[in-house]
Amino acid sequence: MFFTYLRRELRRRRKAAFVVASGLALGIALVIVVTSVSAGMKQAQGKVLESLYGLGTDLTVTKAQERPAEGAQPTRPRFEFRGGEDGEEQSGDRLMVQGFQTLADSTVATVAEQAGVDRAVGGLSLVNLKINGEFRRGEIQRGEGQAQGRGSGPGGSGGPGDTVTGGGASFDVDSFTLYGTDVTSPDLGPLTTSTISRGRTFGTTETDAKVVVVDSAYAQQQDLAVGGELKVKGVAFEIVGIATADSGQPTAQVYLPLKQAQTLSGSAGKVTTVYVKATDSTRIDAVKAAIQENVAGTTVTTSADLARTVSGSLDTAAGLASSVGRWLSYAVLLAAVLVAGLLTSSAVSRRVREFGTLKALGWKSGRVTRQVVGEALVNGVIGGALGIAVGLAGAYAVTAVSPTLTAELGAATGGFAGRGGMGFGGGPGAARSAAGRSVDIALTAPVSLATVGLAVLLALVGGLVAGAFGAWRASRLRPADALRRVE
Amino acid sequence: MYELTGVTKEYRRGQERVDALAGVDLRIAQGDRLVIQGPTGGGKSTLLQMLGGLDRPTAGSVLLDGTDLTRLSEGRLTAVRSRYIGFVFQSFNLIPTLTAQENVETALVPLGAKAAERRRRAAEALESVGLGERLGHLPSELSGGQQQRVAIARALVKRPQVLLADEPTGNLDESTRDEIVELLEGLWREHGLTFVMVTHDSALARRAPRVATLRRGRVTVTENPGATVRRPAAQPAGEPAEKA
Repeated sequence: MFFTYLRRELRRRRKAAFVVASGLALGIALVIVVTSVSAGMKQAQGKVLESLYGLGTDLTVTKAQERPAEGAQPTRPRFEFRGGEDGEEQSGDRLMVQGFQTLADSTVATVAEQAGVDRAVGGLSLVNLKINGEFRRGEIQRGEGQAQGRGSGPGGSGGPGDTVTGGGASFDVDSFTLYGTDVTSPDLGPLTTSTISRGRTFGTTETDAKVVVVDSAYAQQQDLAVGGELKVKGVAFEIVGIATADSGQPTAQVYLPLKQAQTLSGSAGKVTTVYVKATDSTRIDAVKAAIQENVAGTTVTTSADLARTVSGSLDTAAGLASSVGRWLSYAVLLAAVLVAGLLTSSAVSRRVREFGTLKALGWKSGRVTRQVVGEALVNGVIGGALGIAVGLAGAYAVTAVSPTLTAELGAATGGFAGRGGMGFGGGPGAARSAAGRSVDIALTAPVSLATVGLAVLLALVGGLVAGAFGAWRASRLRPADALRRVE
Repeated sequence: MYELTGVTKEYRRGQERVDALAGVDLRIAQGDRLVIQGPTGGGKSTLLQMLGGLDRPTAGSVLLDGTDLTRLSEGRLTAVRSRYIGFVFQSFNLIPTLTAQENVETALVPLGAKAAERRRRAAEALESVGLGERLGHLPSELSGGQQQRVAIARALVKRPQVLLADEPTGNLDESTRDEIVELLEGLWREHGLTFVMVTHDSALARRAPRVATLRRGRVTVTENPGATVRRPAAQPAGEPAEKA
């Protein structure tokens, strides 16, 4: 009887049921879309941070460049070219530490000993700068009365009225970033943000091997392939793998074993960054405090610190989704529940004689109340199902469109200045390379089971709350009063 | 069966106090047939509601087989209504979305009858009021007289001891009225019910052996030796109600 009565009533009041279900559906769909877009934002932020940190890294330890003394010039790469024959090729090659002041690699061990630290590995961020070209001498046009002749060089002497034409210099500047990675810990550090798309990664025993892994974009640009050769500061390395960054830009264009990087750059026993994995992700702040206290002069950066430096459309959208979007969806849902409640209550008002009759026949208040709540609950379930369908469609549409969001990374990112590096090492310019760096991320809207569960819960609660309005009225109905009422 | 003593019911209508019943004393024997008459607003329906346990008096007692209905909890009173008292209303009060059979079944729901039993008994009850062919019809598909027959079947399907009818022919034309009255009187005779009916219709009142007239909340009972419809002397009365 319960279901028969319920079904017939819903069919009779199908317009009201449709309004109630549609309102709830709208609210629930909004909750699903906003929740899934928020999850997508978080994932995008996570990807941005992950692309900087590497998978599994909880903190990084670096040492910022010191400001040069008052009036002093920052250290810059210096190239010296000897004079030679006209058109003789001149070249210079510099491999420099990029972005940070180096730390002694004993720092890695010190950090690893701190409470709450699971593992720590070091890495060395470098930039290779190669200048290649030639000088051309100019030609001296003799003045009036003098024989036309050729000068002895750029500084060649000439008489009054002589002019120099042509000559100059033509140089190509080629630079690429390198990252010396600890091959004994392949699961920690920046290379974990890339997938080996061809070839292989480093073997854990290849600490001294002359092997490199090249980023796919750089490999394409320079026409490099697995099995090929890459010269770093005149030393030939075998390309064993091509790595593709999972998102955004890669940490470096060329990865090589840490020891090789240290040797080639003259930074033996030095690292620029220590990547730290905590034993417990909830204790990261405590680990940070411990490192700051016990490893003096370093900058410790957590993902939370890094997240605070992220701005741009990703940050704006994430803020909108988590604040305006969420509150808006809950406001719509609340309004829908209230409207549903009022409609249910109004429906009870129109059915007082019906309920009064049932009570006169011996139906207990609880049975009448259950009937009212049951009808509202079914409305909630229908609204929930509609809302879930619309919400899933909305989330799917967002994922299908995949709008691109940009994450701008602030300057105070500690250990990440070298990313994508065109920064020239040594001076404050290196730190500037981190400032304003942007990463484009395609937004998705993943719908988790928890989100669907939340939607189902909201639908049921919405239905129950709406039913409670009517149930309260129905339960207070006295049969005599109800039967006296003229419809 | 019923014993009402000093039953008073006051209503507030704004600042005005209305005495719907003013110290009503009334006895109704088991198997009795009583017609309640009186002017509009005289308290007829209020008195019927007191008898049916639908309302509580402001003062006085309503004993049903020795049990004071005014002292029962709402739950117990609901149980008494569900088992012992059948109602027939002027406006039929059928559930518009349920079929004739389902409407009759609603009276069996509080008794905890299984669905199959409910369907069988409802079909029998409708058969007994001449609607065996209309089980699946909605109220809107039935005439007024047929709707009232469904309401009567609903009142009787649980085999009550008391049948309370409030203007059961008030919304019917004359010929249908006679059909319904004859049906009710036939069922009264057949089932040995205690039958109390409120009516404006003097023609119906003349058919009853006892008439209670309510004026300004006070009742006067008159015997009607010329009643045209009486229960046969040998007809047994219904089972006494359990003490609630």
